[in-house]
Amino acid sequence: MIVGFLTLQAAPAEAVPVDYWSMVFVFVLATFIGLGVIRRVSRLLYTPLMSLTNAISAIAVVGSIVVTGADYPQVIRLLGAVALFASMTNIVSGFLITDRMLKMFKKQ
Amino acid sequence: MTHSVAELAAVLATALFILSLYWMNDPKTARHGVTAGVTGMLVAVLATWIQPAIVHHGWILLAIVAGFMVGVPLSLVPLTAVPQRTALSHAFGGLAAGLVGTAEYFLGLTENPAQLTTFRTSAIVAEVILGFLTFTGSLMAAGKLQEVKWIPQRPVTYPGQNVVNIGVLLGAVALGVLVVVHPIAAWSGQAFYAIVGLAVLFGVLLIIPIGGADMPTVISILNSYAGLSAVAMGFVLGNKLLVTAGALDGSSGLILSIIMCRAMNRSFGNVLFGAFGTVQKTVATGEQKAWKQETVEGAAQLLEQASLVVVIPGYGMAVAQAQHKVRELYDQLTKRGITVKFAIHPVAGRMPGHMNVLLAEANIPYTALAEMDDINPEMPQCDVALVIGANDVVNPAARYAKGSPIYGMPIIDADKAKTVLAIKRSKNPGFAGIDNELYVQDNTWMLFGDAKAVVGELVKQLAGGGGLH
Repeated sequence: MIVGFLTLQAAPAEAVPVDYWSMVFVFVLATFIGLGVIRRVSRLLYTPLMSLTNAISAIAVVGSIVVTGADYPQVIRLLGAVALFASMTNIVSGFLITDRMLKMFKKQ
Repeated sequence: MTHSVAELAAVLATALFILSLYWMNDPKTARHGVTAGVTGMLVAVLATWIQPAIVHHGWILLAIVAGFMVGVPLSLVPLTAVPQRTALSHAFGGLAAGLVGTAEYFLGLTENPAQLTTFRTSAIVAEVILGFLTFTGSLMAAGKLQEVKWIPQRPVTYPGQNVVNIGVLLGAVALGVLVVVHPIAAWSGQAFYAIVGLAVLFGVLLIIPIGGADMPTVISILNSYAGLSAVAMGFVLGNKLLVTAGALDGSSGLILSIIMCRAMNRSFGNVLFGAFGTVQKTVATGEQKAWKQETVEGAAQLLEQASLVVVIPGYGMAVAQAQHKVRELYDQLTKRGITVKFAIHPVAGRMPGHMNVLLAEANIPYTALAEMDDINPEMPQCDVALVIGANDVVNPAARYAKGSPIYGMPIIDADKAKTVLAIKRSKNPGFAGIDNELYVQDNTWMLFGDAKAVVGELVKQLAGGGGLH
Protein backbone atom coordinates (compact mmCIF):
# COMPACT_ATOMS: atom_id res chain seq x y z
CA MET A 1 0.00 0.00 0.00
CA ILE A 2 2.78 2.40 -0.89
CA VAL A 3 0.26 4.12 -3.11
CA GLY A 4 -1.65 5.13 -0.02
CA PHE A 5 1.09 7.51 0.99
CA LEU A 6 1.20 9.19 -2.37
CA THR A 7 -2.11 10.89 -2.12
CA LEU A 8 -1.50 13.26 -4.99
CA GLN A 9 -2.47 12.55 -8.57
CA ALA A 10 -4.42 9.47 -7.62
CA ALA A 11 -7.13 8.40 -10.05
CA PRO A 12 -10.37 10.08 -9.01
CA ALA A 13 -12.28 6.84 -8.58
CA GLU A 14 -10.21 5.90 -5.55
CA ALA A 15 -11.43 7.80 -2.54
CA VAL A 16 -8.06 9.29 -1.74
CA PRO A 17 -8.22 12.48 0.33
CA VAL A 18 -6.80 15.42 -1.58
CA ASP A 19 -5.19 18.19 0.39
CA TYR A 20 -7.27 21.03 -1.00
CA TRP A 21 -5.58 23.73 0.99
CA SER A 22 -2.25 22.93 -0.56
CA MET A 23 -3.99 23.21 -3.97
CA VAL A 24 -5.23 26.67 -3.07
CA PHE A 25 -1.70 27.48 -1.97
CA VAL A 26 -0.33 26.36 -5.34
CA PHE A 27 -2.98 28.38 -7.15
CA VAL A 28 -2.13 31.61 -5.33
CA LEU A 29 1.62 31.20 -5.83
CA ALA A 30 1.21 30.26 -9.50
CA THR A 31 -0.96 33.31 -10.10
CA PHE A 32 1.72 35.59 -8.66
CA ILE A 33 4.41 33.91 -10.75
CA GLY A 34 2.15 34.26 -13.77
CA LEU A 35 1.58 37.97 -13.16
CA GLY A 36 5.32 38.52 -12.69
CA VAL A 37 6.36 36.65 -15.81
CA ILE A 38 3.60 37.91 -18.10
CA ARG A 39 4.26 41.52 -17.13
CA ARG A 40 7.71 41.18 -18.68
CA VAL A 41 6.46 39.75 -21.97
CA SER A 42 7.35 41.92 -24.97
CA ARG A 43 4.39 44.03 -26.07
CA LEU A 44 5.18 43.03 -29.63
CA LEU A 45 4.28 39.46 -28.83
CA TYR A 46 0.84 39.66 -27.23
CA THR A 47 -0.87 37.73 -30.01
CA PRO A 48 1.58 34.78 -29.90
CA LEU A 49 1.50 35.02 -26.08
CA MET A 50 -2.22 34.37 -26.15
CA SER A 51 -1.92 31.34 -28.41
CA LEU A 52 0.97 30.02 -26.31
CA THR A 53 -0.83 30.32 -22.96
CA ASN A 54 -3.81 28.75 -24.66
CA ALA A 55 -1.79 25.72 -25.69
CA ILE A 56 -0.24 25.50 -22.22
CA SER A 57 -3.57 25.60 -20.41
CA ALA A 58 -4.69 22.76 -22.68
CA ILE A 59 -2.65 20.68 -20.22
CA ALA A 60 -6.22 19.98 -19.11
CA VAL A 61 -5.68 17.12 -21.54
CA VAL A 62 -4.19 15.08 -18.67
CA GLY A 63 -7.55 15.27 -16.88
CA SER A 64 -9.35 14.13 -20.01
CA ILE A 65 -6.93 11.23 -20.47
CA VAL A 66 -7.77 9.95 -16.99
CA VAL A 67 -11.53 10.25 -17.57
CA THR A 68 -11.33 8.64 -21.03
CA GLY A 69 -8.94 5.84 -20.17
CA ALA A 70 -10.01 4.72 -16.70
CA ASP A 71 -12.45 1.92 -16.04
CA TYR A 72 -15.55 4.12 -16.02
CA PRO A 73 -19.02 3.77 -17.60
CA GLN A 74 -19.03 4.38 -21.36
CA VAL A 75 -21.04 7.62 -21.23
CA ILE A 76 -18.52 9.16 -18.84
CA ARG A 77 -15.62 8.03 -20.99
CA LEU A 78 -17.30 9.47 -24.06
CA LEU A 79 -17.51 12.89 -22.40
CA GLY A 80 -13.84 12.51 -21.58
CA ALA A 81 -12.96 11.63 -25.17
CA VAL A 82 -14.70 14.73 -26.55
CA ALA A 83 -12.88 16.86 -23.95
CA LEU A 84 -9.63 15.14 -24.90
CA PHE A 85 -10.23 15.99 -28.55
CA ALA A 86 -10.94 19.64 -27.72
CA SER A 87 -7.78 19.99 -25.61
CA MET A 88 -5.66 18.18 -28.18
CA THR A 89 -6.87 20.57 -30.87
CA ASN A 90 -5.72 23.47 -28.71
CA ILE A 91 -2.34 21.93 -28.03
CA VAL A 92 -1.62 21.20 -31.70
CA SER A 93 -2.97 24.42 -33.22
CA GLY A 94 -1.76 26.57 -30.32
CA PHE A 95 1.89 25.55 -30.43
CA LEU A 96 2.04 25.42 -34.23
CA ILE A 97 0.53 28.85 -34.82
CA THR A 98 2.64 30.40 -32.03
CA ASP A 99 5.79 29.15 -33.68
CA ARG A 100 4.55 30.23 -37.10
CA MET A 101 3.97 33.78 -35.85
CA LEU A 102 7.21 34.00 -33.87
CA LYS A 103 9.21 33.01 -36.94
CA MET A 104 7.98 36.18 -38.61
CA PHE A 105 9.46 38.57 -36.06
CA LYS A 106 12.80 39.54 -37.56
CA LYS A 107 15.20 42.28 -36.66
CA GLN A 108 16.21 43.04 -40.22
CA MET B 1 6.59 4.00 -8.79
CA THR B 2 4.44 5.34 -11.61
CA HIS B 3 2.99 7.83 -9.16
CA SER B 4 6.42 9.24 -8.42
CA VAL B 5 7.01 9.45 -12.15
CA ALA B 6 3.81 11.46 -12.51
CA GLU B 7 4.82 13.78 -9.67
CA LEU B 8 8.26 14.33 -11.14
CA ALA B 9 6.77 14.95 -14.59
CA ALA B 10 4.35 17.50 -13.16
CA VAL B 11 7.17 19.43 -11.48
CA LEU B 12 9.26 19.33 -14.65
CA ALA B 13 6.32 20.44 -16.83
CA THR B 14 5.52 23.31 -14.45
CA ALA B 15 9.10 24.57 -14.64
CA LEU B 16 9.12 24.28 -18.43
CA PHE B 17 5.82 26.19 -18.75
CA ILE B 18 7.11 29.05 -16.61
CA LEU B 19 10.34 29.17 -18.62
CA SER B 20 8.30 29.09 -21.80
CA LEU B 21 6.47 32.28 -20.82
CA TYR B 22 9.66 33.83 -19.48
CA TRP B 23 11.32 33.51 -22.90
CA MET B 24 8.50 35.48 -24.46
CA ASN B 25 10.05 38.66 -23.03
CA ASP B 26 12.14 39.08 -26.18
CA PRO B 27 11.42 38.18 -29.81
CA LYS B 28 14.97 36.77 -29.98
CA THR B 29 14.34 34.06 -27.40
CA ALA B 30 10.62 33.61 -27.92
CA ARG B 31 10.88 30.50 -30.07
CA HIS B 32 12.67 28.66 -27.25
CA GLY B 33 9.45 29.27 -25.37
CA VAL B 34 7.56 27.11 -27.82
CA THR B 35 10.13 24.32 -27.53
CA ALA B 36 9.90 24.43 -23.74
CA GLY B 37 6.10 24.41 -23.86
CA VAL B 38 5.95 21.44 -26.22
CA THR B 39 8.47 19.49 -24.12
CA GLY B 40 6.52 20.16 -20.94
CA MET B 41 3.33 19.03 -22.61
CA LEU B 42 4.87 15.79 -23.94
CA VAL B 43 6.34 14.92 -20.54
CA ALA B 44 3.03 15.53 -18.76
CA VAL B 45 0.91 13.62 -21.28
CA LEU B 46 3.20 10.59 -21.36
CA ALA B 47 3.49 10.46 -17.57
CA THR B 48 -0.31 10.47 -17.30
CA TRP B 49 -0.83 7.94 -20.01
CA ILE B 50 1.41 5.28 -18.38
CA GLN B 51 -0.54 5.38 -15.11
CA PRO B 52 -2.02 1.99 -14.14
CA ALA B 53 -5.50 3.53 -13.84
CA ILE B 54 -5.55 4.04 -17.62
CA VAL B 55 -6.83 0.77 -18.99
CA HIS B 56 -8.55 1.79 -22.23
CA HIS B 57 -6.37 3.26 -24.94
CA GLY B 58 -8.48 3.16 -28.10
CA TRP B 59 -10.52 6.32 -27.54
CA ILE B 60 -7.50 8.21 -26.27
CA LEU B 61 -5.61 7.49 -29.49
CA LEU B 62 -8.66 8.30 -31.57
CA ALA B 63 -9.21 11.66 -29.85
CA ILE B 64 -5.53 12.56 -30.22
CA VAL B 65 -5.57 11.77 -33.94
CA ALA B 66 -8.77 13.79 -34.37
CA GLY B 67 -7.18 16.65 -32.42
CA PHE B 68 -4.28 16.68 -34.88
CA MET B 69 -6.62 16.55 -37.88
CA VAL B 70 -8.48 19.64 -36.73
CA GLY B 71 -5.57 21.39 -35.02
CA VAL B 72 -3.14 21.42 -37.94
CA PRO B 73 -5.47 23.20 -40.40
CA LEU B 74 -6.48 25.61 -37.62
CA SER B 75 -2.84 26.61 -37.20
CA LEU B 76 -2.57 27.52 -40.87
CA VAL B 77 -5.28 30.19 -41.04
CA PRO B 78 -4.33 33.57 -42.53
CA LEU B 79 -3.05 35.95 -39.88
CA THR B 80 -6.02 38.26 -40.30
CA ALA B 81 -8.12 35.35 -38.97
CA VAL B 82 -5.98 34.80 -35.88
CA PRO B 83 -8.47 36.56 -33.56
CA GLN B 84 -11.26 34.13 -34.44
CA ARG B 85 -8.92 31.15 -34.17
CA THR B 86 -7.95 32.37 -30.72
CA ALA B 87 -11.59 32.77 -29.70
CA LEU B 88 -12.28 29.28 -31.02
CA SER B 89 -9.46 27.83 -28.94
CA HIS B 90 -10.87 29.50 -25.82
CA ALA B 91 -14.15 27.80 -26.72
CA PHE B 92 -12.43 24.41 -26.94
CA GLY B 93 -10.70 25.02 -23.62
CA GLY B 94 -14.01 25.90 -21.96
CA LEU B 95 -15.74 22.89 -23.52
CA ALA B 96 -13.06 20.49 -22.25
CA ALA B 97 -13.39 21.86 -18.71
CA GLY B 98 -17.20 21.77 -18.84
CA LEU B 99 -17.30 18.19 -20.08
CA VAL B 100 -14.76 16.86 -17.59
CA GLY B 101 -16.66 18.60 -14.79
CA THR B 102 -19.92 17.03 -15.95
CA ALA B 103 -18.27 13.61 -16.19
CA GLU B 104 -16.82 13.93 -12.71
CA TYR B 105 -20.14 14.95 -11.21
CA PHE B 106 -22.13 12.09 -12.67
CA LEU B 107 -19.34 9.69 -11.86
CA GLY B 108 -19.69 10.74 -8.24
CA LEU B 109 -23.49 10.63 -8.36
CA THR B 110 -23.73 7.15 -9.86
CA GLU B 111 -20.57 5.36 -8.69
CA ASN B 112 -19.02 7.01 -5.70
CA PRO B 113 -21.08 9.56 -3.73
CA ALA B 114 -18.29 9.89 -1.14
CA GLN B 115 -16.33 11.81 -3.81
CA LEU B 116 -18.85 14.64 -3.80
CA THR B 117 -17.50 16.49 -0.81
CA THR B 118 -18.41 20.15 -0.33
CA PHE B 119 -15.05 21.39 -1.59
CA ARG B 120 -14.96 19.09 -4.59
CA THR B 121 -18.57 19.71 -5.60
CA SER B 122 -17.98 23.47 -5.35
CA ALA B 123 -14.98 23.08 -7.64
CA ILE B 124 -17.06 21.00 -10.08
CA VAL B 125 -19.83 23.62 -10.15
CA ALA B 126 -17.30 26.43 -10.70
CA GLU B 127 -15.62 24.42 -13.43
CA VAL B 128 -18.86 23.69 -15.23
CA ILE B 129 -20.21 27.27 -15.05
CA LEU B 130 -16.91 28.82 -16.16
CA GLY B 131 -16.29 26.14 -18.76
CA PHE B 132 -19.66 26.30 -20.50
CA LEU B 133 -20.01 30.08 -20.41
CA THR B 134 -16.52 30.35 -21.90
CA PHE B 135 -17.52 27.78 -24.51
CA THR B 136 -20.59 29.55 -25.87
CA GLY B 137 -19.25 33.06 -25.23
CA SER B 138 -16.09 32.33 -27.19
CA LEU B 139 -18.04 30.62 -29.98
CA MET B 140 -20.16 33.76 -30.29
CA ALA B 141 -17.05 35.96 -30.29
CA ALA B 142 -15.45 33.76 -32.95
CA GLY B 143 -18.65 33.95 -35.00
CA LYS B 144 -18.76 37.71 -34.79
CA LEU B 145 -15.09 38.00 -35.77
CA GLN B 146 -15.53 35.59 -38.66
CA GLU B 147 -18.62 37.59 -39.65
CA VAL B 148 -20.82 34.51 -39.72
CA LYS B 149 -24.13 35.51 -41.31
CA TRP B 150 -26.62 34.47 -38.64
CA ILE B 151 -24.71 36.15 -35.79
CA PRO B 152 -25.41 39.88 -35.71
CA GLN B 153 -22.20 41.92 -36.05
CA ARG B 154 -23.62 45.04 -34.48
CA PRO B 155 -24.16 45.04 -30.76
CA VAL B 156 -27.67 43.81 -29.92
CA THR B 157 -29.25 45.54 -26.97
CA TYR B 158 -32.70 45.61 -25.41
CA PRO B 159 -34.18 47.19 -22.30
CA GLY B 160 -33.38 45.33 -19.11
CA GLN B 161 -30.56 43.41 -20.77
CA ASN B 162 -28.22 43.63 -17.81
CA VAL B 163 -30.94 42.52 -15.40
CA VAL B 164 -31.60 39.46 -17.58
CA ASN B 165 -27.90 38.62 -17.90
CA ILE B 166 -27.14 38.95 -14.23
CA GLY B 167 -30.36 37.06 -13.41
CA VAL B 168 -29.27 34.11 -15.56
CA LEU B 169 -25.83 34.02 -13.94
CA LEU B 170 -27.26 34.31 -10.43
CA GLY B 171 -29.71 31.52 -11.25
CA ALA B 172 -26.83 29.25 -12.23
CA VAL B 173 -24.88 30.14 -9.09
CA ALA B 174 -27.92 29.64 -6.83
CA LEU B 175 -28.58 26.20 -8.31
CA GLY B 176 -24.89 25.51 -7.87
CA VAL B 177 -25.10 26.28 -4.18
CA LEU B 178 -28.12 23.94 -3.88
CA VAL B 179 -26.19 21.14 -5.60
CA VAL B 180 -23.18 21.71 -3.34
CA VAL B 181 -25.39 21.48 -0.24
CA HIS B 182 -27.35 18.47 -1.54
CA PRO B 183 -25.02 16.76 -4.00
CA ILE B 184 -26.83 13.43 -4.09
CA ALA B 185 -30.52 14.34 -3.65
CA ALA B 186 -33.03 12.83 -6.07
CA TRP B 187 -33.28 16.10 -8.00
CA SER B 188 -29.58 17.01 -7.97
CA GLY B 189 -28.92 15.52 -11.40
CA GLN B 190 -31.67 17.67 -12.96
CA ALA B 191 -30.41 20.74 -11.13
CA PHE B 192 -26.96 20.04 -12.53
CA TYR B 193 -28.34 19.95 -16.09
CA ALA B 194 -30.05 23.26 -15.41
CA ILE B 195 -26.73 24.77 -14.30
CA VAL B 196 -25.16 23.65 -17.56
CA GLY B 197 -28.07 25.11 -19.52
CA LEU B 198 -27.93 28.46 -17.76
CA ALA B 199 -24.15 28.72 -18.20
CA VAL B 200 -24.50 27.97 -21.91
CA LEU B 201 -27.20 30.63 -22.18
CA PHE B 202 -25.21 33.17 -20.18
CA GLY B 203 -22.21 32.84 -22.51
CA VAL B 204 -24.41 33.73 -25.50
CA LEU B 205 -26.16 36.62 -23.75
CA LEU B 206 -22.85 38.04 -22.55
CA ILE B 207 -21.42 38.46 -26.04
CA ILE B 208 -24.55 39.58 -27.94
CA PRO B 209 -24.19 43.26 -26.92
CA ILE B 210 -20.49 43.47 -27.77
CA GLY B 211 -19.16 45.16 -30.89
CA GLY B 212 -16.01 44.78 -32.97
CA ALA B 213 -13.90 47.47 -31.31
CA ASP B 214 -14.32 45.79 -27.91
CA MET B 215 -13.10 42.43 -29.16
CA PRO B 216 -9.49 42.85 -27.93
CA THR B 217 -10.79 43.24 -24.38
CA VAL B 218 -13.42 40.54 -24.64
CA ILE B 219 -10.97 37.99 -26.07
CA SER B 220 -8.60 38.75 -23.20
CA ILE B 221 -11.36 38.30 -20.61
CA LEU B 222 -12.44 35.00 -22.18
CA ASN B 223 -8.77 33.96 -22.15
CA SER B 224 -8.78 34.55 -18.43
CA TYR B 225 -11.99 32.54 -17.94
CA ALA B 226 -10.59 29.65 -19.96
CA GLY B 227 -7.56 29.63 -17.66
CA LEU B 228 -9.72 29.74 -14.54
CA SER B 229 -11.86 26.85 -15.76
CA ALA B 230 -8.65 24.82 -16.12
CA VAL B 231 -7.76 25.79 -12.54
CA ALA B 232 -11.16 24.59 -11.36
CA MET B 233 -10.59 21.33 -13.22
CA GLY B 234 -7.27 21.02 -11.38
CA PHE B 235 -9.10 21.36 -8.05
CA VAL B 236 -11.64 18.73 -9.07
CA LEU B 237 -9.02 16.22 -10.16
CA GLY B 238 -6.58 17.11 -7.40
CA ASN B 239 -3.95 17.90 -10.01
CA LYS B 240 -1.43 20.63 -9.21
CA LEU B 241 -0.01 20.84 -12.71
CA LEU B 242 -3.44 21.77 -14.03
CA VAL B 243 -3.87 24.38 -11.32
CA THR B 244 -0.48 25.91 -12.17
CA ALA B 245 -0.93 25.96 -15.95
CA GLY B 246 -4.47 27.30 -15.60
CA ALA B 247 -3.26 30.04 -13.25
CA LEU B 248 -0.57 31.07 -15.75
CA ASP B 249 -3.19 31.28 -18.50
CA GLY B 250 -5.63 33.08 -16.24
CA SER B 251 -3.13 35.70 -15.11
CA SER B 252 -2.03 36.28 -18.70
CA GLY B 253 -5.64 36.91 -19.71
CA LEU B 254 -6.07 39.19 -16.71
CA ILE B 255 -3.03 41.34 -17.52
CA LEU B 256 -4.02 41.63 -21.16
CA SER B 257 -7.58 42.59 -20.17
CA ILE B 258 -6.29 45.32 -17.88
CA ILE B 259 -3.98 46.68 -20.59
CA MET B 260 -6.81 46.66 -23.15
CA CYS B 261 -9.23 48.34 -20.74
CA ARG B 262 -6.71 51.03 -19.92
CA ALA B 263 -6.05 51.62 -23.59
CA MET B 264 -9.76 52.35 -24.02
CA ASN B 265 -10.21 54.15 -20.72
CA ARG B 266 -12.97 51.74 -19.74
CA SER B 267 -13.62 49.37 -16.89
CA PHE B 268 -14.29 45.61 -17.14
CA GLY B 269 -17.90 46.14 -16.17
CA ASN B 270 -18.29 48.85 -18.75
CA VAL B 271 -16.99 46.60 -21.53
CA LEU B 272 -19.19 43.65 -20.57
CA PHE B 273 -22.32 45.57 -19.64
CA GLY B 274 -21.88 48.91 -21.37
CA ALA B 275 -22.81 47.95 -24.95
CA PHE B 276 -20.30 50.25 -26.56
CA GLY B 277 -21.20 51.55 -29.98
CA THR B 278 -24.96 51.64 -29.58
CA VAL B 279 -25.38 54.70 -27.45
CA GLN B 280 -24.22 57.19 -30.00
CA LYS B 281 -25.30 60.52 -28.77
CA THR B 282 -23.55 62.32 -31.55
CA VAL B 283 -22.39 65.61 -30.20
CA ALA B 284 -23.84 68.30 -32.39
CA THR B 285 -20.89 69.81 -34.16
CA GLY B 286 -21.20 73.50 -34.97
CA GLU B 287 -20.05 74.01 -38.50
CA GLN B 288 -18.87 71.09 -40.53
CA LYS B 289 -15.37 71.76 -41.75
CA ALA B 290 -14.48 70.38 -45.15
CA TRP B 291 -12.02 67.62 -46.01
CA LYS B 292 -9.02 68.55 -48.07
CA GLN B 293 -8.26 65.88 -50.58
CA GLU B 294 -4.75 65.17 -51.82
CA THR B 295 -3.65 63.44 -55.01
CA VAL B 296 -1.38 60.41 -54.93
CA GLU B 297 1.33 62.47 -56.66
CA GLY B 298 1.14 65.18 -54.03
CA ALA B 299 1.18 62.66 -51.20
CA ALA B 300 4.18 60.88 -52.67
CA GLN B 301 6.03 64.18 -52.86
CA LEU B 302 5.22 64.97 -49.23
CA LEU B 303 6.56 61.58 -48.18
CA GLU B 304 9.72 61.98 -50.27
CA GLN B 305 10.59 65.26 -48.62
CA ALA B 306 10.12 63.95 -45.08
CA SER B 307 12.89 62.76 -42.82
CA LEU B 308 10.66 61.05 -40.24
CA VAL B 309 7.47 59.27 -41.33
CA VAL B 310 5.24 57.61 -38.74
CA VAL B 311 2.73 55.09 -40.08
CA ILE B 312 -0.34 54.55 -37.89
CA PRO B 313 -2.09 51.33 -38.92
CA GLY B 314 -5.55 50.27 -37.81
CA TYR B 315 -7.98 47.45 -38.43
CA GLY B 316 -8.77 48.98 -41.83
CA MET B 317 -5.28 48.01 -42.98
CA ALA B 318 -5.95 44.40 -42.05
CA VAL B 319 -9.36 44.37 -43.73
CA ALA B 320 -7.86 45.71 -46.97
CA GLN B 321 -4.93 43.25 -46.67
CA ALA B 322 -2.68 46.25 -47.30
CA GLN B 323 0.26 45.18 -45.10
CA HIS B 324 2.38 43.86 -47.97
CA LYS B 325 1.96 47.09 -49.94
CA VAL B 326 2.84 48.96 -46.75
CA ARG B 327 6.06 46.98 -46.65
CA GLU B 328 6.87 48.10 -50.22
CA LEU B 329 6.23 51.68 -49.18
CA TYR B 330 8.52 51.16 -46.20
CA ASP B 331 11.24 49.90 -48.57
CA GLN B 332 10.84 52.85 -50.94
CA LEU B 333 11.11 55.37 -48.12
CA THR B 334 13.97 53.75 -46.16
CA LYS B 335 15.89 53.44 -49.44
CA ARG B 336 15.86 57.22 -49.55
CA GLY B 337 17.26 57.49 -46.05
CA ILE B 338 13.90 58.41 -44.54
CA THR B 339 13.23 57.04 -41.06
CA VAL B 340 9.95 55.12 -41.00
CA LYS B 341 8.31 54.04 -37.75
CA PHE B 342 5.05 52.28 -37.05
CA ALA B 343 2.97 53.57 -34.16
CA ILE B 344 0.93 50.75 -32.66
CA HIS B 345 -2.03 51.53 -30.42
CA PRO B 346 -2.68 48.73 -27.88
CA VAL B 347 -6.24 48.17 -29.14
CA ALA B 348 -5.53 48.53 -32.86
CA GLY B 349 -6.92 45.44 -34.57
CA ARG B 350 -9.19 42.79 -33.16
CA MET B 351 -6.97 41.26 -30.49
CA PRO B 352 -3.94 42.29 -28.40
CA GLY B 353 -0.84 42.54 -30.58
CA HIS B 354 -2.73 41.93 -33.82
CA MET B 355 -1.04 44.74 -35.78
CA ASN B 356 2.46 43.63 -34.78
CA VAL B 357 1.84 40.15 -36.15
CA LEU B 358 0.39 41.45 -39.42
CA LEU B 359 3.34 43.80 -39.96
CA ALA B 360 5.84 41.11 -38.99
CA GLU B 361 4.22 38.82 -41.56
CA ALA B 362 4.88 41.48 -44.19
CA ASN B 363 8.57 41.33 -43.20
CA ILE B 364 8.69 44.68 -41.52
CA PRO B 365 11.47 44.44 -38.89
CA TYR B 366 10.11 44.57 -35.36
CA THR B 367 12.62 47.27 -34.50
CA ALA B 368 10.52 49.66 -36.63
CA LEU B 369 7.40 49.01 -34.51
CA ALA B 370 6.85 51.48 -31.68
CA GLU B 371 4.39 51.47 -28.81
CA MET B 372 2.03 54.41 -28.36
CA ASP B 373 3.79 55.68 -25.21
CA ASP B 374 7.20 55.58 -26.89
CA ILE B 375 6.21 57.30 -30.11
CA ASN B 376 3.99 60.07 -28.77
CA PRO B 377 6.86 62.29 -27.49
CA GLU B 378 8.37 62.06 -30.99
CA MET B 379 5.25 63.09 -32.87
CA PRO B 380 6.01 66.86 -32.97
CA GLN B 381 9.23 66.02 -34.87
CA CYS B 382 7.38 63.77 -37.28
CA ASP B 383 7.13 65.24 -40.80
CA VAL B 384 4.35 63.03 -42.09
CA ALA B 385 1.96 60.93 -40.02
CA LEU B 386 0.42 58.39 -42.41
CA VAL B 387 -2.85 57.04 -41.01
CA ILE B 388 -3.88 53.76 -42.67
CA GLY B 389 -7.28 52.42 -41.71
CA ALA B 390 -7.12 53.75 -38.15
CA ASN B 391 -9.75 56.12 -36.84
CA ASP B 392 -10.76 56.29 -33.19
CA VAL B 393 -7.18 55.73 -31.95
CA VAL B 394 -6.09 59.03 -33.56
CA ASN B 395 -9.19 61.09 -32.79
CA PRO B 396 -8.21 64.21 -30.80
CA ALA B 397 -11.79 64.36 -29.44
CA ALA B 398 -10.69 61.67 -26.97
CA ARG B 399 -8.73 64.37 -25.15
CA TYR B 400 -11.55 66.79 -24.40
CA ALA B 401 -15.01 65.84 -25.79
CA LYS B 402 -16.68 64.78 -22.55
CA GLY B 403 -19.85 63.45 -24.16
CA SER B 404 -17.96 61.23 -26.58
CA PRO B 405 -17.78 57.44 -26.00
CA ILE B 406 -14.03 57.59 -26.59
CA TYR B 407 -13.43 60.43 -24.09
CA GLY B 408 -10.34 59.78 -21.99
CA MET B 409 -8.99 57.05 -24.24
CA PRO B 410 -5.23 57.48 -24.77
CA ILE B 411 -4.53 58.19 -28.44
CA ILE B 412 -1.59 58.37 -30.80
CA ASP B 413 -0.85 62.07 -31.26
CA ALA B 414 -1.08 62.07 -35.04
CA ASP B 415 -2.48 65.61 -34.93
CA LYS B 416 0.82 66.91 -33.56
CA ALA B 417 2.78 65.84 -36.64
CA LYS B 418 3.76 68.54 -39.14
CA THR B 419 1.59 66.99 -41.83
CA VAL B 420 -1.03 64.27 -41.63
CA LEU B 421 -1.95 62.00 -44.53
CA ALA B 422 -5.00 59.86 -43.87
CA ILE B 423 -6.09 56.98 -46.08
CA LYS B 424 -9.76 56.30 -45.58
CA ARG B 425 -12.11 53.97 -47.38
CA SER B 426 -15.19 56.14 -47.31
CA LYS B 427 -16.33 59.47 -45.99
CA ASN B 428 -18.44 57.81 -43.27
CA PRO B 429 -17.50 58.29 -39.63
CA GLY B 430 -15.66 55.47 -37.84
CA PHE B 431 -16.92 52.57 -35.78
CA ALA B 432 -18.14 54.62 -32.86
CA GLY B 433 -20.04 56.93 -35.18
CA ILE B 434 -17.97 59.88 -34.06
CA ASP B 435 -16.64 62.57 -36.38
CA ASN B 436 -12.90 62.64 -36.44
CA GLU B 437 -11.67 66.18 -36.49
CA LEU B 438 -8.14 65.04 -37.28
CA TYR B 439 -9.40 64.71 -40.85
CA VAL B 440 -10.44 68.35 -41.12
CA GLN B 441 -7.36 69.82 -39.45
CA ASP B 442 -5.46 72.48 -41.40
CA ASN B 443 -2.42 70.24 -41.87
CA THR B 444 -4.35 67.08 -42.79
CA TRP B 445 -4.74 65.77 -46.31
CA MET B 446 -7.12 62.94 -47.15
CA LEU B 447 -6.59 60.09 -49.60
CA PHE B 448 -9.88 58.33 -50.22
CA GLY B 449 -9.96 54.75 -51.41
CA ASP B 450 -9.12 51.15 -50.55
CA ALA B 451 -5.96 51.12 -48.39
CA LYS B 452 -4.25 48.47 -50.49
CA ALA B 453 -4.93 50.30 -53.76
CA VAL B 454 -3.92 53.73 -52.44
CA VAL B 455 -0.68 52.51 -50.84
CA GLY B 456 0.05 50.55 -54.04
CA GLU B 457 -0.27 53.72 -56.10
CA LEU B 458 1.97 55.61 -53.67
CA VAL B 459 4.59 52.91 -54.10
CA LYS B 460 4.28 53.08 -57.90
CA GLN B 461 4.65 56.84 -57.79
CA LEU B 462 7.74 56.65 -55.58
CA ALA B 463 9.31 53.87 -57.64
CA GLY B 464 8.59 55.59 -60.95
CA GLY B 465 9.61 59.06 -59.90
CA GLY B 466 12.82 57.74 -58.38
CA GLY B 467 13.09 60.88 -56.31
CA LEU B 468 14.77 62.81 -59.15
CA HIS B 469 12.60 65.87 -59.22
